[in-house]
Amino acid sequence: MPVITYIESSNGKIKKNGFELASYSCALAKLLNTSAVALTINASDTSELSNYGISQVLKVSDESLNEFNAAIYADVIVQAVSKTESNTIVLSSSLDSKYLAPILSAKIEAAYINNVISLPTSLNPLTLKRTAFTNKAFSDTSSKSEKVIIGLSNNSFGLIENSVSLQEEVFAVSLSDSELSIESSEKVSGKISIADADIVVSAGRGMKGPENWNLIEDLADTLGAATACSKPVSDMGWRPHSEHVGQTGKPVATNLYIAIGISGAIQHLAGINSSKIKVVINNDPEAPFFKAADYGIVGDAFDVVPRLNKKLKEFKAQNS
Amino acid sequence: MKILVCISHVPDTTSKINFAENDTKFDVQGVQFVINPNDEFGLTRAMWFKEKQGASVDVINVGNQSSEPTLRKALAIGADKAIRINTEPEDGFYVAKQISEYVKNNSYDLIIAGRESIDYNGAMVPGLIAGFLNINYVTNCTKLEIDNQNVVIDREIDGGKETLKGKLPLIIGGQKGLVEESDLRIPNMRGIMQARQKPLDVVEPYDFSANTETLKFQKPQPKQAVKLVDSENLDELINLLHNEAKVL
Repeated sequence: MPVITYIESSNGKIKKNGFELASYSCALAKLLNTSAVALTINASDTSELSNYGISQVLKVSDESLNEFNAAIYADVIVQAVSKTESNTIVLSSSLDSKYLAPILSAKIEAAYINNVISLPTSLNPLTLKRTAFTNKAFSDTSSKSEKVIIGLSNNSFGLIENSVSLQEEVFAVSLSDSELSIESSEKVSGKISIADADIVVSAGRGMKGPENWNLIEDLADTLGAATACSKPVSDMGWRPHSEHVGQTGKPVATNLYIAIGISGAIQHLAGINSSKIKVVINNDPEAPFFKAADYGIVGDAFDVVPRLNKKLKEFKAQNS
Repeated sequence: MKILVCISHVPDTTSKINFAENDTKFDVQGVQFVINPNDEFGLTRAMWFKEKQGASVDVINVGNQSSEPTLRKALAIGADKAIRINTEPEDGFYVAKQISEYVKNNSYDLIIAGRESIDYNGAMVPGLIAGFLNINYVTNCTKLEIDNQNVVIDREIDGGKETLKGKLPLIIGGQKGLVEESDLRIPNMRGIMQARQKPLDVVEPYDFSANTETLKFQKPQPKQAVKLVDSENLDELINLLHNEAKVL
């Protein structure tokens, strides 16, 4: 009974988090002495998954699945799980996957353990380390059910390259109806979303006004980073709500989080704490954020940020 | 319209997180408990439906007697009735099952929960209820309008938002945006006095067992002190990020 992982795609292309899921699922399958199968929905080219150990893909293609619908997608996964007889299902922590996971859990009576940050610490019962208390603690949580859905935290496991040969199988599903339909969607185009970014450049009230955000955007462009902001900044309408990170905003789990002119309120820290490396630039040496940071610069953002941007451009030019 | 708001009783954001009984239980000593912030946005939106559209609002919690002050607070904010399912909330699956069983016997048009609780961060209770009861479900909900049986909902998606149309009955996972923080209500004295007279039903649990078990909690390793880099020496910062942290 293989491990099955649902790999998301966007406009037919495998999403970046898919390769981490593939790497994790293959490592997990190895521990469980089984193989890993990937399920894709309307992905056109799945061959890249085979660079990360996936040798079998179930491909679902259906135009009516172009729009994401959590209940219908959960139902597709139910059918895949029943085909492969899998007891272990691995999902990402994207908003879409976190949306459908509990529906799937109810349908197949599986334990759902999310915010998972590593391979199982024990196999019998299957025990997983996850974050809790908004990143202020970890817990070892075990499943009491035979079926388990693992929600893997973004950027918690990393990539394991392992080239194998790939077998694709077209998987036909029957689709249920839904009373919910999407009327419109707005996506910030041409920009990296916070969920997909390896680096996030975030700024707060220290930037003094929305007109100064070009400094932040320029730095983000240089780094290939997403931009984010603190709560007061989105409350005052300087930046859109979708950029607000923190406890009541979006959670961030990136490799590098650069906070500029953000004092570091506890609610903000709770949302960004699982980022690996935190850099703080603030002119107030007493800003609480320095206590949570790995690297800090005490200085005026309007002086430091443009100079840092220039240096980073030089660095990128030398190292590309 | 009958609305049920699911209320999680959680430690206040600023609480010190400690564990007791050999690190197997959250240490409640000295901890202030509050309505889960994501639930409070939903409760406040429910109050709007009560005042503008004549809805009735019940609140429900799965927990022991210690969560009653939190339920009373919800009543003081304006809910009509509170229900407490008298059992330890062992995990999200267990809590969702208890609420689902209650809803089966007491039908509601709209169920509002938070997108996640700020303590165990399970983010699963509303989705599980939707799965158990086969009702329409939208989470990360930032806007909700209801006209008769028709609903219009905004949902946060990765990198933006989308607008959905649907019908009651519905369950949502709410968050900031349903109402703004400035709309949240602090109970006034009249509300607090009235809350004492409002019904708080204690219901015995449905016989069911949790499907996960938390064996142990740990706190993160204490953080190393920040490395301060002189603002005139930005090359050093780039060097550290490149060679030491290996994130560039």
